[in-house]
Amino acid sequence: MFMTKTVLKNLMTKYATRLYPFEKKEAYKDARGELKINLDKCIFCGVCKMRCPSQCIKVDKEAKTWEVDPFSCVYCGICVDACPVKCLYQENQYLAPAEEKDLVLCIQEAKAEPAAPTP
Amino acid sequence: MARSVIPFGPQHPVLPEPLHLTLTVEDEIVKEALPKLGYVHRGLEKLTEIRDHNQMIQIVERVCGICSCMHAQCYCQGIEELMNIQVPSRAEYLRVIWAEMHRIHSHLLWLGLFADAFGFESLFMQIWRIRERVMDLQEATAGNRVIVSVNCVGGVRRDISAENQKWILDTMKTMEKELLQLKSTIMDDFTVKKRTVGIGVLSKEKAYELGAAGPTLRGSGIAQDMRQTGYAAYSELDFEPIVETDGDCYARNLVRFNETLQAIDLIRQAFAKLPDSELAVKPKGLPNGEVVARVEQPRGEVLYYLKATGKKYLDRVRIRTPTFANIPPLLEMLPGCDLADVPVLILTIDPCISCTER
Repeated sequence: MFMTKTVLKNLMTKYATRLYPFEKKEAYKDARGELKINLDKCIFCGVCKMRCPSQCIKVDKEAKTWEVDPFSCVYCGICVDACPVKCLYQENQYLAPAEEKDLVLCIQEAKAEPAAPTP
Repeated sequence: MARSVIPFGPQHPVLPEPLHLTLTVEDEIVKEALPKLGYVHRGLEKLTEIRDHNQMIQIVERVCGICSCMHAQCYCQGIEELMNIQVPSRAEYLRVIWAEMHRIHSHLLWLGLFADAFGFESLFMQIWRIRERVMDLQEATAGNRVIVSVNCVGGVRRDISAENQKWILDTMKTMEKELLQLKSTIMDDFTVKKRTVGIGVLSKEKAYELGAAGPTLRGSGIAQDMRQTGYAAYSELDFEPIVETDGDCYARNLVRFNETLQAIDLIRQAFAKLPDSELAVKPKGLPNGEVVARVEQPRGEVLYYLKATGKKYLDRVRIRTPTFANIPPLLEMLPGCDLADVPVLILTIDPCISCTER
């Protein structure tokens, strides 16, 4: 009896849910999502690796590689806050489901040495 | 009539988490209940040995999915006390705002599950639709829907912009309206009253003696709320603990419903007084010493014991969660009730088994 008003209102209004795979919610601007790197700026200092609470990041200074296990990442954003050169950033969408758990390996290409001045 | 033993759980439709109870029944009346815990122990306290005190924030947040913000807040308050850090006033208010949003979403989750436990499916869906609004607010302001991860040692990691403040206040207004519409259903409906009034009575003396916490304690008439100790910005906000005197399932239900409305009011008050200051101070040095920090969670009082020895890694983190305190009162309530009321009764203490076992 007490629900009558609510029930009638529900009949008149739109669905509260959405047809998920076809209709997705627009991501919020500040939402913390998938971790990405702008590799050109990275100095391979390894601060992100040390701060990460789930230890999903691996950095190799010699080989100039940055590796993340996106399925271990907990989207806390600690590494993004800690990065001294601000080369890490988070997308505002979660990682899509996948069949296999792949690592993301980023290798920085050797920067072109400035050509020696020709005499 | 001979006694028979019925195992209840760990897998049971009403329980979101694994709790086992061995119920001795006589003619469908419960005579004795024995709990068995330990199905979801994860050893999070042990992780202190390999994670430093800053990384532990993200780990204690994961002790409980529903009250993660308060766990981190309690841990940070402990570390701040050890390191003598004065948190900026804006950060204290923001902590209150996020904590109260967490309280709303936890209580609404419980109200929905409770309605579902006694078969009131439509009420469950109405309540969870309202809850979804808070989840969206948390995602938009803090970044994540559930584990908001906003607390850090020395303050908070994010600010709430002016437009988001307006959005939160508008949503709180809508939510309050929607909740008040459901109030008569939650309080006066025949179905709800039939399943809750006079069931599982916990007297004031027993609640005190057995060390109940949170809404279970307040539903029995004891006005004890950790927020009254005035941590964060609670000392500057105006509120009274919500108390019901009957001590039955209905009383605990009302306490949680009224606390949801109180949380909305606290968010309003916090926004009205929100000062301008920096968000966090940078901690210097390493924590040293022992401390006990206490915070009021949706389920009751959480207690953190931290021991640091001036190293990067803490010596010991001990967490006592409210559900742990509420299990003895539950065992006191169960004998004498109908077997059919057991699921409803277990839900009234709002059990969070992952919290309890950590």
